[in-house]
Amino acid sequence: MNMTSQFFLSLLSGVFIGGAAGYLGALMLQKRMSLAAGPLGHLAFPGVALALIYGFNMSLGAFPFIILGIFFIWLLEIKTKLPTEALTAIIFASGVAIAFLFLPIEEAEAALVGNITTIGWQEALIIVCLSLAVMAITKIIFPKMMLINVSEDLARTEGVNVKKYNLVYLLLVAVIVALGVKLVGALLTAALVAVPAATARNLSASGRFYAIFSFAFGALAPIIGLVVFAITALPAGILIILASAALFLISIFIRKNYE
Amino acid sequence: MSAGDATLKNMDNILEVKNLTVKFGHEKVIDNLSFKIKRGEFLTIVGPNGSGKTVLLRSLLGLLPASRGEIAWEKNARIGYLPQGLTQLKVKSLPLTVGEFLRLKNINGGKATDLLELVGLDSEDVLGKRIGNLSGGQFQRMLVAWALAGNPDVLLFDEPTAGIDVGGEKTIYDLLYKFWQKKKLTVVLITHDLNIVYKYSTSVLCMSKSNVCQASPKEVLLPEILEGLYGMPIKFYKHNH
Repeated sequence: MNMTSQFFLSLLSGVFIGGAAGYLGALMLQKRMSLAAGPLGHLAFPGVALALIYGFNMSLGAFPFIILGIFFIWLLEIKTKLPTEALTAIIFASGVAIAFLFLPIEEAEAALVGNITTIGWQEALIIVCLSLAVMAITKIIFPKMMLINVSEDLARTEGVNVKKYNLVYLLLVAVIVALGVKLVGALLTAALVAVPAATARNLSASGRFYAIFSFAFGALAPIIGLVVFAITALPAGILIILASAALFLISIFIRKNYE
Repeated sequence: MSAGDATLKNMDNILEVKNLTVKFGHEKVIDNLSFKIKRGEFLTIVGPNGSGKTVLLRSLLGLLPASRGEIAWEKNARIGYLPQGLTQLKVKSLPLTVGEFLRLKNINGGKATDLLELVGLDSEDVLGKRIGNLSGGQFQRMLVAWALAGNPDVLLFDEPTAGIDVGGEKTIYDLLYKFWQKKKLTVVLITHDLNIVYKYSTSVLCMSKSNVCQASPKEVLLPEILEGLYGMPIKFYKHNH
């Protein structure tokens, strides 16, 4: 593949994963779950390690481990009544430790910062489809999830099946974290969902703009990151996150101006 | 929403609860509770913390399973519910406009405008406003509008003013009283404010671990009854507003 089409593929995948992650992140921020994507990303490490060792797609390796992790956290929460944050800490550290037990350290870079810049056609196509699916389903569940955030009891009296919605929502989180691992590596997935939504909330006066901005900033960061990558050849995953953080910083100043 | 599977014995009642027991694990939070609410009543529920008031309300709504007993609502009774803790602080952080907030409950267009006008809000002014930017009074009016959506026959309010600044807490009760009179609603209200009990309610349900009673406000607000209920001497001074 020549360099131009390789860059185009990376950009395409980045924009789609970033946009979908930002949009879903808008919901996660409201649920105070922005950080959850972090431990889940770490949890993906063993899967990513397997993928790198046996040469298959990182996201594919990550996904089952994330699902397993969500299930464990959910189960331990019921069994132990420990706070979720303690459990996620346990799960996330274990994930990283297990991964580095097997993963040769010279192979670790892709796991740490992603490898979006070597993506192939097929992978890109799958990423676009999955991202579109995540966005479409997020759009469907968005209003009811907001109602659940206001009050679960209220949502239930309105006939909302809270458990079903939460399950769908968690599955979306799992998919987006698995895709995020490909884009920015297993360490940085939290930023992919948390930062665009935080930026958007600084700038939006309504729910509609909040959702649109979350998506837009999510999609914009990979564009900036990959352009800077093309110039500097620094790791793309890191640049994408830094671009996102820079947008957040700018939003703070803009917010000050119009308040 | 309609809840309840049992049928009413007396058609003047909108709700009959018989031998209701609700357990959390092995602990009985509500033990063998029976009471009735007549259509058009303004019932306040009082009692110390942990006496099961909120649990009762949630059971009545079908949100908590009863271990034993019957809850019978009037057939097709529409219930408007305002849960505990819906204070401005929590809802304020939502990046939503008033219009968007109402739309979460499928209140759209003309319906939203009508409801807001009904509770005394200028819909043109507030529909596009972010919830966090409403004044305390406006916020309460919006919550009442939200509860009134869908033309309920019964309003269940769980300490609606908890967490709301003292200056603003009158609005919600005044509105509630107004709609109770105007629309012949049935109101069930959990409150700690004995002045509200005295001023508005037609009937009081008092709940504590040791006893349960249902009586008129004048009968309940006697010092000896209050002491029995709260386990300490509580004096109620009537304010003349």
